[in-house]
Amino acid sequence: MEKNIALVLVLAPFFGFLFNVFFGKKAGKTLVGLVGTASVLVSFLSTLFFFSALNANPSQPVVVDLFQWISLEKFNVNFSFLLDQLSVLWLLFVTGIGTLIHLYSISYMHDDENMNKFFAYLNLFVFFMIMLVMGSNLVILFIGWEGVGLCSYLLIGFWYKNQDYNDAAKKAFIMNRIGDLGLLVGLFIVAYVFGSLDYKVISEGAYNTQLVSNNSGLIALAALCLFIGATGKSAQIPLYTWLPDAMAGPTPVSALIHAATMVTAGIFMVTRMHFLFDLAPQILDLIAIVGAATAVLAASIGLVQNDIKKVLAYSTVSQLGLMFLALGLGAYEIAVFHVITHAFFKACLFLGSGSVIHALHGEQDMRNMGGLRKVMPITFWTMMISTLAISGIFPLSGFWSKDEILLTAFHSNIPLWIVGSIASIMTAFYMFRLMYLTFFGEFRGTEEQKHHLHESPALITFPLIVLAILAAVGGLISLPGNSWLNHYLAPLFRKAHEAHHLDATAYALMAVATVGALIGIGIAYSKYIKKQEVPVQDAEMKGFASVLYHKYYVDEAYDVVVVTPLKKLSHFFRNYFEVAFSETVFAFGKIANAIGTQGKVLQNGSVGFYLLAFVIGMASILVYLFLV
Amino acid sequence: MENILQAIGIENYIFLSVMLFCIGAFGVLYRRNAIIMFMSIEIMLNAVNLLLVAFSTLHQDAEGQVFVFFSMAVAAAEVAVGLAILVSIFRNTGSIDIDNLKNLKG
Repeated sequence: MEKNIALVLVLAPFFGFLFNVFFGKKAGKTLVGLVGTASVLVSFLSTLFFFSALNANPSQPVVVDLFQWISLEKFNVNFSFLLDQLSVLWLLFVTGIGTLIHLYSISYMHDDENMNKFFAYLNLFVFFMIMLVMGSNLVILFIGWEGVGLCSYLLIGFWYKNQDYNDAAKKAFIMNRIGDLGLLVGLFIVAYVFGSLDYKVISEGAYNTQLVSNNSGLIALAALCLFIGATGKSAQIPLYTWLPDAMAGPTPVSALIHAATMVTAGIFMVTRMHFLFDLAPQILDLIAIVGAATAVLAASIGLVQNDIKKVLAYSTVSQLGLMFLALGLGAYEIAVFHVITHAFFKACLFLGSGSVIHALHGEQDMRNMGGLRKVMPITFWTMMISTLAISGIFPLSGFWSKDEILLTAFHSNIPLWIVGSIASIMTAFYMFRLMYLTFFGEFRGTEEQKHHLHESPALITFPLIVLAILAAVGGLISLPGNSWLNHYLAPLFRKAHEAHHLDATAYALMAVATVGALIGIGIAYSKYIKKQEVPVQDAEMKGFASVLYHKYYVDEAYDVVVVTPLKKLSHFFRNYFEVAFSETVFAFGKIANAIGTQGKVLQNGSVGFYLLAFVIGMASILVYLFLV
Repeated sequence: MENILQAIGIENYIFLSVMLFCIGAFGVLYRRNAIIMFMSIEIMLNAVNLLLVAFSTLHQDAEGQVFVFFSMAVAAAEVAVGLAILVSIFRNTGSIDIDNLKNLKG
């Protein structure tokens, strides 16, 4: 029973993928959208079943053993799924938000000639994401990990006729591959140290003090390698540059893959392997520092971007940084909390921006927007709620999760708290900058665009409304003092993480965070509402703003440090080694050719000659055998 | 032991065989008519057969004779195939002069 439902949960999106690949063109757009959405909805409903089963019996996670996959003498990998608190929670929002975004895509992608391909990729992505989350060992996680990377690549380059988009897709794929190598090496080390890749076995090994003290160096190395894998997938320094470029994909993709689900895979993996990271406090410190640095770096770049999706992309990187900050401080459930609230409000923001782009027929530059508040009220209000949530305004979801992270940081490391708070203030500023430039003031686009402005159809606004509600009330799952989430995740962690008590410090920090957010909003208000400023054209930018606008020239730096030397090296190999090797190989060919030219004289076609040669040969053999 | 080898010595058989073999070999080398060459090859083959039978009797071992039966059977098949090839050559070139077949010149 449970096994069958688990199989339905995994295979429904895969079925949707197969259907859309093989019959999508014939089936017509309505059926494609319907099957694509329904398959994810089926997964969501199956997840609900497991969720209720798990709530009834928290200490009994469901394990579904399918078959033994790799069987060696001392090393086994089972193809099995584990449905415990963490994976069910992840599945809930992956399939739940996935369903909403599929629904949204039916309308958003309706005019695209390759709609069936789009839904096929999206279904395939959900399938791999479920594999990633549900696997009971790191190998299955790795399958999903690579699979979602592939789907991300396919969807970023979905409009493959634009070469820039193809380049962005390749960049995402290559950056992810660098991280994946780290993950793979981490897997090997874990397998070497613990003799298994099964979460249960590893966690038991991690509490075996003998084993741990003998291998502490290797365990730290494994944690580092796994973290490198996470930096690739979850866009942290130094591998974050692919995520803003990934906005080349259609907007639903940005919402689903590059904001709500796939990029949180790194956080999922770290939380999953928390017992390993707990053994390597120095790596946890590194994670916290990288997270905080990413949060503030990406937020500062987001301050001056003019592409509506780029702002949201940098915002995503920044929020992921905050989650890693929480992970690095050992507050895994808080990171999970922020993952969930972030999934709500960021998906809503992306879908809202998609609605805006849709209304403006592909315009993404905020300098050409403005005044959309009256034309698109639903989009405006849903985005406004999400913006307030991400800025950390009481009592919306982002306030609670961000506040928990900052509170944790404050208790363990003041500098990290300061960095995190600065990132939060910046977040409030650039999000309201986005809102003011897009929805307030006068419309700055062309007359023709103004003529066509419209609110999006119900299929687009419905997911927005649902997500906005979730973004508003999502914080309820983990209120300080009485946290349902902490209680729910408790069986996962051996040492219980107590929710922060509501003491004076907590209230003071909440006040500080709120004031910080209000300051950010205030600056944005005075710049873009009072003074009616519009960001200057690219060429007129100067000073630090220009540096920010060009993303600290990180791409250029990578180009100089990595890409150019690599190209030089390959040119060197092509011009010298390649020539040397191929000349050597050609020389053998030439020798054979020369021998052949001489030898073909013997092949003169006269049968008499052949016979003579044959007889002489035989005679000489006889002479040799008997007379010599 | 009562057999023909006592009347005629083994040397004579060897001598005859070698002569037949050489006649055959030279026939193959000198003649250009494919049928004659074919006959010469058969002479060489039978020279060997004769020698095998002679030694078989000398050593009182039937194996040689069995072998000769095999080789005769195979020779019969070979003749059938060879003659078929010759017929086909004749149809194609209008002669059975072996020197006309130079199409495989390298």
